[in-house]
Amino acid sequence: MKQYNLSHLQELEAESIHIIREVAAEFENPVMLYSIGKDSSVMVRLAEKAFAPGKVPFPLMHIDSKWKFKEMIQFRDEYAKKYGWNLIVESNMEAFNAGVGPFTHGSKVHTDLMKTKALLDALNKYKFDAAFGGARRDEEKSRAKERIFSFRDQFQQWDPKNQRPELWDIYNSRIHKGESIRVFPLSNWTELDIWQYIRLENIPIVPLYYAKERPIVEIDGNLIMADDDRLPEKYRPLIKPRTVRFRTLGCWPLTGAVESNATTIEEIVEEMMTTTKSERTTRVIDFDQEASMEQKKREGYF
Amino acid sequence: MSNIKETSLYPQEGKDGGNGTGTNLDIKAFLDADEKKDLLRLLTAGSVDDGKSTLIGRLLFDSKKLYEDQLQALEKDSKRVGNAGAGQIDYALLLDGLKAEREEGITIDVAYRYFSTNNRKFIIADTPGHEQYTRNMITGGSTANLAIILVDSRMGVITQTRRHTYLVSLLGIKHIVLAVNKMDLVDFSEEIFNNIKQEYLNLTESLGIDDVTCIPLSALEGDNVVEKSDHTPWYDGPSLLDFLETVPIHLDRNMKDFRYPVQYVLRPNLDFRGFCGKIASGVIRKGDEVVALPSMKRSHVKSIVTYDGDLEEAFCPQCVTLTLEDEIDISRGEMIVRPDNLPNIGRNFETMLVWMDEEPMDRGKQFFLKHNTNTTRATINEIKYRVDVNTMQRLDGRDFKLNEIGCVQITTAKTLFFDAYAKNRATGAFILIDPITNNTSAVGMIARPLEFEDINQADVPTLDLKKLGIDEQHYEAIEKAVKELSRQGLEIKVIR
Repeated sequence: MKQYNLSHLQELEAESIHIIREVAAEFENPVMLYSIGKDSSVMVRLAEKAFAPGKVPFPLMHIDSKWKFKEMIQFRDEYAKKYGWNLIVESNMEAFNAGVGPFTHGSKVHTDLMKTKALLDALNKYKFDAAFGGARRDEEKSRAKERIFSFRDQFQQWDPKNQRPELWDIYNSRIHKGESIRVFPLSNWTELDIWQYIRLENIPIVPLYYAKERPIVEIDGNLIMADDDRLPEKYRPLIKPRTVRFRTLGCWPLTGAVESNATTIEEIVEEMMTTTKSERTTRVIDFDQEASMEQKKREGYF
Repeated sequence: MSNIKETSLYPQEGKDGGNGTGTNLDIKAFLDADEKKDLLRLLTAGSVDDGKSTLIGRLLFDSKKLYEDQLQALEKDSKRVGNAGAGQIDYALLLDGLKAEREEGITIDVAYRYFSTNNRKFIIADTPGHEQYTRNMITGGSTANLAIILVDSRMGVITQTRRHTYLVSLLGIKHIVLAVNKMDLVDFSEEIFNNIKQEYLNLTESLGIDDVTCIPLSALEGDNVVEKSDHTPWYDGPSLLDFLETVPIHLDRNMKDFRYPVQYVLRPNLDFRGFCGKIASGVIRKGDEVVALPSMKRSHVKSIVTYDGDLEEAFCPQCVTLTLEDEIDISRGEMIVRPDNLPNIGRNFETMLVWMDEEPMDRGKQFFLKHNTNTTRATINEIKYRVDVNTMQRLDGRDFKLNEIGCVQITTAKTLFFDAYAKNRATGAFILIDPITNNTSAVGMIARPLEFEDINQADVPTLDLKKLGIDEQHYEAIEKAVKELSRQGLEIKVIR
């Protein structure tokens, strides 16, 4: 008898496509949150797959903290144009105009205002009832316990102690007005799965993931790239060219690079498998406080 | 022998992996092999002190999933709140992610963990053993291929073991491993192991579970977890990890009965009408004759469309888009099947039900029932019995409270297309949603259809278009509107 087997990636792909279609069918006004990172890139491709040969029936939204790497913004605009996405970009302009930034206000205030508040304001502005995020359960401890359809109250808060049971592939999408669901179609993917899929599917990613000589300054042990002239004066003399790449992407002053020569996906995977640091350690914001990601999730920042 | 240590990506220090051509080739080979791995989802269940978290921690640790900084954080945590002895790493802390839980010292919800070996990828649903959290074990186990049930070798099969095993059988999990843990504390006694094994096999036999593997181990010391242990020369079975890597799972899915719940209708242009869905069970080929439910209209599969090109055949659980030779109107919630292999079609069925809500069952309520892509109103008509999960005895049929399980009869407003859960997990499962709180109040595994179509039939409002004097040209628009209402859970019958 013929054997019908799917590889783990085919199975994960099917699970994700099913989730994405379910949201499109059951919600009135969904949106896909787009961080421009590698996980987002995979999620976006899965959405394209879910509705081919048609167009994806929901927009893509990027919360621009105004401190993203220039290459990210360029990549975002080119990708959305090339693949015909309806792209929404939202920022907390009030805070930006007041001069809020990581160097002047610290990472906590910056993240609260430019990421969390900007996101919450944007979700309220468009009255989205479902928002896709590219988070994976293997990334971080509090995410390991979150549902695929994660209920948020009218204040966008997550209550880890009061989650809806989630069984089989039957997702409860019923909400009251003002409430919403965060949906994580990549919940069961691991970091290696993401890279493998990018490799097999030739998914474009921001070149910052690949090693290159870049202008780097070391701040508190983090390798920070001088991406624009907002780098404070005192650091400028310390800039040195170093061959680095980024394992995660975010605001450039808060995202540490790693020294690397990896210029292909194979080399990135090799580096990842032999390295001893897990990926989120290059994100400065995680060290703010004990159980910080859980705290941020409760407050509405994924 | 374990495969983990052979993985070329973790070269042992001082060796160059036996390959002088550099590592780039190895990486390609690794990725090519990795791509072909299949996926095993497993559930772990045990009491608080059975060492479950320690076992999972060790599986992750030994498969080198733990990166250095996670280990460092763990060492820091162990010093502050760890329950392990001085100087020992508390593997359980790896898993107890949430702050509130860490302070209570128990896992309170389902946590998912990931690891892989040379042959397979694994997803572990780690669930707690407390009685009040049956809900979470049911949640964690619904997608599992395999369950690991832990017992303490000093305690043997206890009430919780019986409960966990009953829940595993209720969920239809095909493979069970009984991990007899803490064998080091009973001097690796063959007699003790055999007694526990025999008692457990008696239990699983009575529940109709046939694939059971019992393994003596010590999670703390690592005996028979990854490597076969020298301490159990009398044991001739595999280590836990060897078993997990090799247990065949591809036969677990129903490949006989083609069921295709339509999830989304794709109409990018006038020439293309595609029915998107995930194949719930079975196989479909281009050219096959199909029938749409409930209209019973027949057609043939014109194409199986995917982003990556058309397929000649597709099987569960693939997500595809079907186009048909004939123009048939099919909406979300309807089902495409083969004409010679129909599911049950009806509105009444008997089902096992697990109550998941803090709020007890209120039989006066009309719930929303979600089954595949179908959402409809439903009422619980009759409670046949409840089950005492500790003894598996039947109890009287009063309303259910949180974590109670039993057998009920349900009537839905809309016609459902279903199979018995035991025969087809994907089309035999449903959830009940509270219409006021929107909580998932209960989950069900359908036992059988009920023949008497008319018991307590929910009143469906009717629109008789002719009687109302509505012109025929409006019929299509009205039916479209009615279909949309039905999609939103409000059923109205239309008579032309």
